[in-house]
Amino acid sequence: MAETLSISQASEAHALSLEGVSRRFGALVALDQVSLTVEAGERRAILGANGAGKTTLFNMVTGDFRPTAGRIWFFGEDITALPPHERIRRGLRRTYQNSMLFRGLSVRDNLYLAAQGITRGRYSLRRPRRDSSELSLAERLAGYVHLTQWLDTTVSDLSHGQQRQLEIGMALAGAPRMILLDEPAAGLSPKERRDLIALLQALPAHVGFVIIEHDLDVALRVARFVTVMHNGQIFKEGTPDEIENDPDVQAIYLGGHHG
Amino acid sequence: MTISSASDLEQPRLPSLPVKPWQILVLLLLIVYPLMVPDFWRLQVGAYALILGVIALSLTFLAGYGGMVSLAQMTVAGVAGYAVAIFGVNSAALGLGWPWWVTIPLSLAVATLFATLTGWLSVRTAGIYTIMITLAIAVAFFYLVRQNYVIFNGFTGFAGLAPPPVFGLDWRAPLPFYYLSLGVAGICFAAVVYMSRSTMGVALQGIRDNPRRMAALGFNVRAHRIAAYALAGLIAALGGILLVWFNGRISPGSVGVDRVIDILVIAVIGGLRHPTGAFLGAIVFVLLENFAIDLIDRERFNTVIGIAFLAIVFFSPDGLLGLWDKASRASRTLAGATKDWNGR
Ligand SMILES: Nc1ncnc2c1ncn2[C@@H]1O[C@H](COP(=O)(O)OP(=O)(O)O)[C@@H](O)[C@H]1O
Ligand SMILES: [Mg+2]
Repeated sequence: MAETLSISQASEAHALSLEGVSRRFGALVALDQVSLTVEAGERRAILGANGAGKTTLFNMVTGDFRPTAGRIWFFGEDITALPPHERIRRGLRRTYQNSMLFRGLSVRDNLYLAAQGITRGRYSLRRPRRDSSELSLAERLAGYVHLTQWLDTTVSDLSHGQQRQLEIGMALAGAPRMILLDEPAAGLSPKERRDLIALLQALPAHVGFVIIEHDLDVALRVARFVTVMHNGQIFKEGTPDEIENDPDVQAIYLGGHHG
Repeated sequence: MTISSASDLEQPRLPSLPVKPWQILVLLLLIVYPLMVPDFWRLQVGAYALILGVIALSLTFLAGYGGMVSLAQMTVAGVAGYAVAIFGVNSAALGLGWPWWVTIPLSLAVATLFATLTGWLSVRTAGIYTIMITLAIAVAFFYLVRQNYVIFNGFTGFAGLAPPPVFGLDWRAPLPFYYLSLGVAGICFAAVVYMSRSTMGVALQGIRDNPRRMAALGFNVRAHRIAAYALAGLIAALGGILLVWFNGRISPGSVGVDRVIDILVIAVIGGLRHPTGAFLGAIVFVLLENFAIDLIDRERFNTVIGIAFLAIVFFSPDGLLGLWDKASRASRTLAGATKDWNGR
């Protein structure tokens, strides 16, 4: 596959489908006519140098920013004009490249907010009961990302690796159908990296994710299909093997690394 | 004004009930002191501070928990006051003369609706722009009531307004009116404290600290903010009705820009971090207004208040509450140091 692969037909079968999505910041074209599809339950890695437009792509999908052109479908529904919270309620989740946790709050409260965000009673003027389903979900999520011991710890007191785990825990609240992970392994120790890979591999099979990852080893271990971005465009798509051995990709991205 | 530290975002789970001894003492003092002082201290100081405190509390709730500084809270109170005058009985014979049990709930509803609309208009903006748009709303309401004679009786406004004689009590009399104000203030205070740890309250504080993150968790940030305006509006409306009974009258001056700013000054002087700040600020403001004005004239009084405001914002962004915290921390450190020293 030498040329840019673009599948532009939105159909019920695709979990996520972008068609000609562009985003400008002033004169800068951060995202240029990107078309992309991800199937339900698929695990996809996105590679690309700094500034390639990867995070911007996520921001388009979650609605953090609106595209200047193009359309986005989520499980067959056009979500281009939906506000972010509506997309979350449809099963889309994300983590942020730069931690966006509530640093003054405990782990439990962060997970509680994540659990509350996707359930009813968000406007309740009553205090949650100790045995509320949201609080017990928060505890289950903490167990899932190995933070049970730290439930009452303030987030600012967590290690960097634990904060990344918490981000993922928050993204797992409710019934996620697709999770966008923005460089979850950045700044992790080798051991934390292994834990993260194990965690991602253990996700239920129906939960798909798209992972932006600089570390090729992590990306290739959790993903079966890789998209390479360059200058706001999709540069190449293929299996990990194809991508790893592609001379063009090596030239723009891996050259310095493995050279 | 620092209103964005997440550290005061309280745990959503546990109602921390243990009431501290000094809190019981303050409550007792609030109940007992009017029995021992002249009317001036019951009404002009006590009741007035409680009422201004309630209106300021609505801003503390919005700004402290929601991160939205609205200058229209006195205007919401004014809408409630005007509604009471128009729906009920007033000396201008312009009132509809409806009974109090219609007038009061209706006035609260109208003011809360007004607050909700204000919120709907303001939540698209942030920071200084919120302040500007709410100020614009306040000024617009001031000119509306001043120029409109058909509904608002223009420059004159309405007089002869008094609380209804429910239970055969004259609520206008100093003692009953003090306790009425104390009761309303107490309920509003307790409601805000309770609400701050409710699902809505915690969500609001999350939105204050990181709205984008909250949206990415599934929260409708706009709707939550508008709901906060509505809740704050109800509190301000309660204060507004008490205020119109306290003054016995309402006119454009009651909702003028200086009155609007007073509420901001009170809330900020007291501290936006906790509901206590609103009442702390109100009592300081009322004492200054009553006693500083004896020494200097009104214009200079405004200068004094303005300088006090700047000093507080400059030296203690958390207002008097912040000063209190600093003092108690310093004394604890001092006590600790002394213990260390003695122990050795
Ligand atoms: N909010 C923004 N405002 C202006 N420019 C932006 C913004 N977000 C991203 N950009 C620009 O868009 C380009 C792509 O950024 P980004 O998507 O963050 O890249 P990546 O995640 O691949 O490193 C960069 O040149 C970046 O500076
Ligand atoms: Mg990025």
